[in-house]
Amino acid sequence: MTVVESGSSKRVTGTRMLRREDPALLTGEAKFIDDIVQTDALYMVLLRSPMAHARIISVDSSAAKRMPGVVAVFSGSDLRGEWLAPMPCAWPVTVDMKNPPHYPVAADVVNYVGDAVAVVLASDKIAAVDALAAIDVNYEPLPVVSNLEDALADKNLVHPALGTNTSYVWNLEPDKAKVDSAFASAEHVVRSRFVQQRLIPSAMETRGVLAVPHPYGGEYTLFSSTQIPHILKTMLSLTVGISEAKLRVIAPSVGGGFGSKLNVYSEEVLALTLARKLHKPIRWTEERSENSLATIHGRGQIQDVELAADADGKIMAVRVNLVADMGGYLQLLTPGVPLLGGFLYHGLYDVPAYSFTCTGVFTNKTPTDAYRGAGRPEATFAIERSMDALAKRVGVDPAEIRRRNFIAPEKFPYSSAPGLVFDSGNYLPNLEMALEKIGYKEIRAEQERRRAEGSRKHLGVGLSCYVEMCGLAPSKVLGSLSYSAGGWESATVRILPTCKVQVVTGTSPHGQGHETSWSMIVADRLGINTADIEVLHSDTAIAPYGLDTYGSRSLAVGGSAVYLATEKVLEKAKLIAAHALEVSPEDLDYQDGEFKVKGSAGKSYALSSAALEAFTAHDLPEGVEPNLEATVTWDPPNFTFPFGTHIAVVEVDEETGQTDLLRYLSIDDVGNQINPMIVDGQIEGGIAQGVAQALFEEAVYDESCNLLDSTFIEYLMPSAAEFPSFELGNTVTPSPTNPLGVKGVGEAGCIASPPAVINAVVDALAEFGIEHIDMPASPEKVWSAIELARLSGTRVD
Amino acid sequence: MFPASFDYVKATSVPDAVSILSSVEDSKLLAGGHSLLPLMKLRLASPSMLVDIGSLSELSYIEDKGDYVAVGALTRHHDVQNSRLLKSEVPILPYVASQVGDPSVRHRGTIGGSISHGDGASDLPAAVLALDAKFVAVGPKGERVIPASQFFVGFLETVLDLDEVLTEIRVPKFSGGWSYQKFNRRAQDWAIVGVAAVSNGSTKVSLVNMGSTPLRAVGTEAALADGASIEEASSKASDGIDPPSDLNASSAYRRHLAEVLVRRALVEALR
Repeated sequence: MTVVESGSSKRVTGTRMLRREDPALLTGEAKFIDDIVQTDALYMVLLRSPMAHARIISVDSSAAKRMPGVVAVFSGSDLRGEWLAPMPCAWPVTVDMKNPPHYPVAADVVNYVGDAVAVVLASDKIAAVDALAAIDVNYEPLPVVSNLEDALADKNLVHPALGTNTSYVWNLEPDKAKVDSAFASAEHVVRSRFVQQRLIPSAMETRGVLAVPHPYGGEYTLFSSTQIPHILKTMLSLTVGISEAKLRVIAPSVGGGFGSKLNVYSEEVLALTLARKLHKPIRWTEERSENSLATIHGRGQIQDVELAADADGKIMAVRVNLVADMGGYLQLLTPGVPLLGGFLYHGLYDVPAYSFTCTGVFTNKTPTDAYRGAGRPEATFAIERSMDALAKRVGVDPAEIRRRNFIAPEKFPYSSAPGLVFDSGNYLPNLEMALEKIGYKEIRAEQERRRAEGSRKHLGVGLSCYVEMCGLAPSKVLGSLSYSAGGWESATVRILPTCKVQVVTGTSPHGQGHETSWSMIVADRLGINTADIEVLHSDTAIAPYGLDTYGSRSLAVGGSAVYLATEKVLEKAKLIAAHALEVSPEDLDYQDGEFKVKGSAGKSYALSSAALEAFTAHDLPEGVEPNLEATVTWDPPNFTFPFGTHIAVVEVDEETGQTDLLRYLSIDDVGNQINPMIVDGQIEGGIAQGVAQALFEEAVYDESCNLLDSTFIEYLMPSAAEFPSFELGNTVTPSPTNPLGVKGVGEAGCIASPPAVINAVVDALAEFGIEHIDMPASPEKVWSAIELARLSGTRVD
Repeated sequence: MFPASFDYVKATSVPDAVSILSSVEDSKLLAGGHSLLPLMKLRLASPSMLVDIGSLSELSYIEDKGDYVAVGALTRHHDVQNSRLLKSEVPILPYVASQVGDPSVRHRGTIGGSISHGDGASDLPAAVLALDAKFVAVGPKGERVIPASQFFVGFLETVLDLDEVLTEIRVPKFSGGWSYQKFNRRAQDWAIVGVAAVSNGSTKVSLVNMGSTPLRAVGTEAALADGASIEEASSKASDGIDPPSDLNASSAYRRHLAEVLVRRALVEALR
């Protein structure tokens, strides 16, 4: 596999090089936000509303203010004058989208359990926590909107001033007549309703922030456990009113994010605001159960999905009607998340007619936003569950219905009905490889054998073929979708006088291993050792431009920028070499750190000589500036479209309803791979996260919108003990979208896996006539479905 | 997750611990801390003082006493799990200990702590109930021996007085079959429902997380004593029991699980 056009005879891209990040992480040397020493910092804690919807009548903090160690207590109304603008929502998806003003501390009305009502600053954390109990808030309860149907009905309103709970209605229906006629003439119409339960993103490190004022210089440094130091800097400047030029944002070591740290949060705005107000450093560390309430949630949708198909099961049209839960407010990207899936409800199938509508509604719950996959897991679940239903209707195997509908390889680049251009794909061999490796026929035979002998342990096998769009994104396309930022990425490659290399990237890794992968890309192109390359990132003073890390974009966009910047710096070095060798640049070849004159053995000039010459500038060619550095800002021409096949094999215990995941196999095609070990790690973690949605996790609210599972005792985030070893494999279809031919892998596992598991569970329960189990497929839910099937006599014996 | 402030003292002996508990209001014994500290962090418990007996090594032992094995209250789950004496004489106990929490819990948590916490959802209380174990407690008035059947009285409530220290668990040896069926979602979780069955002449069956305390499945035991089949006896698993509903399981589902798990336990214990 060719990955990087090589200046090296000892290629490292494509190898499973160990991650250079890990020694510091594994020994505790890495500095996370709570490891940053700031002795004069005040600790900030927030009093959070125990009510989901209530008017704040009064906040009495007089007793709290008198407690030892307490420096200040502020209510929302105390801080009214502090903000330049409300909390930002950067994705106004329609011109008439309703976005209620949202401030870091609620002054008048709280809109979800966890909404902040007061903030305490104290000289130590325990004193701050103790003071919370001494604040007396008087609430007048308001009626709550606890589910999506109620939200649509507009009987009670989350934000009465808006006159409706609907934030927006977004349509994507290029040809309505075509869709209608497909449904009118279809042999088979499959209609399904799926629920995407709310999930609580659970990064290993909770959020945290440290805002440090430099009062005499007027500057501020803000450390945050964030995925987006660059976007955060701009947004904080706009919200708090501190000059962007005086604000430096640093993301130190960050312990995971999964999209939940792709946001601008109240605590970041608040810490910076209070650092300005009090001229003191302010720090805040989120507690784990606080994370369940105060960090965004993922998913939260009801999906009505319809497929129209001909007699052979060839899909003629897909029609989707989505209701998406925004929660109490719009956070940074809340409204756009469901739309990221809105282009993909036909999956990797060749579907000529398409209709998608999404209605975003407010509820009195924690705001939702991007969570690993962001819209695409939901779309994949809907189409892949529907494909199984269609297979049943047509009377063919689930694998066969997929074969009949795949986009044919000769159709790439493929223009989809919703308006995307799929870059590259070859789906059938990928599916066949997965079926072969899992032993699909043998599993079906074993399933038959068990059924014949009346086993109470039912075997099920579930397929999920997926395609996703990542590598966000062409800036023009983002603009057309009303997204408030571009999708480019910036990189600087700097060859220092001693020929050591600094790579500055605008991506902001928080576990992905960019330092390793970026150094591998540069090492191959320059033909030098990775040990001579340092990767700098996540500090806006060092890497001034960047659009950060989310949406499986970093390698496809940021890695490509690094590659192109390396090319560019090498071009400059070549000018210096050509000048020294007194030849034309076109006459030079480059390999392993040396420029050589084509066809003339022995005449060469080292990259290190060019580096030193660029520094001394004693004899540079005409028009060449000193120093060997190049910056490239790359805007991709298209998304990338990874794909693959995932297969789950489960055993369902009829007596208890318990599902055991026996095997899980994935064949992913993420294009070229820079470091296959890192790719495997992303896939494994993604699968685990998706299986967690399928079988374990759900943010459960009662009718008053109290979150019932805010700790890991109740919220069933699984651990490694709950999974079999995953069986991983690949096909490789390079992307033509970027110079590396890569596609992006951060979200693929979790996009593909939920329908594989639920398809397997439903397959296991086929003899009971059960057609669907909502996620998470808990033992009680499965048992209840079996009991219901028994009572209603749908068992197919 | 920060506890309210509290005082801390390290007890030098059991009598020392008893005397502090008697004299300091709202003081609370600390052993492995794996039940108490989480409650304190959630501020569901706010003792004024923790009396730490964690380093009283004289309370950590497993000894053969003829017809029973004496287990010191501070014996860690890990040591119970790996005791050769218990594996040969009371094999259900090491197995149940191996099902508690995760390795770090088992290295810190103690058998006495688990039992005196009296959580109806914990594994070990149900096991010692099925074993008809006896507990030795030391208080200001001296020592008393309490049968397991009289020990657990309510939600996180036992007959121990606030100034009493559980010092020893006496588990009768037995040679018959046994089974422990633990049904949960994640390896480290409490049981949604658990069943301990011990067959030693008569068959004793106890239930985990079917009520506010560990419970004996009296319906099943009586049916077995009357010669009922396993199927019939297990159908009476939750007779007279009104199990709780929570996010993991409704009361009806718990009853159903109890029936299934009692049957599986009996099949294993009586084979």
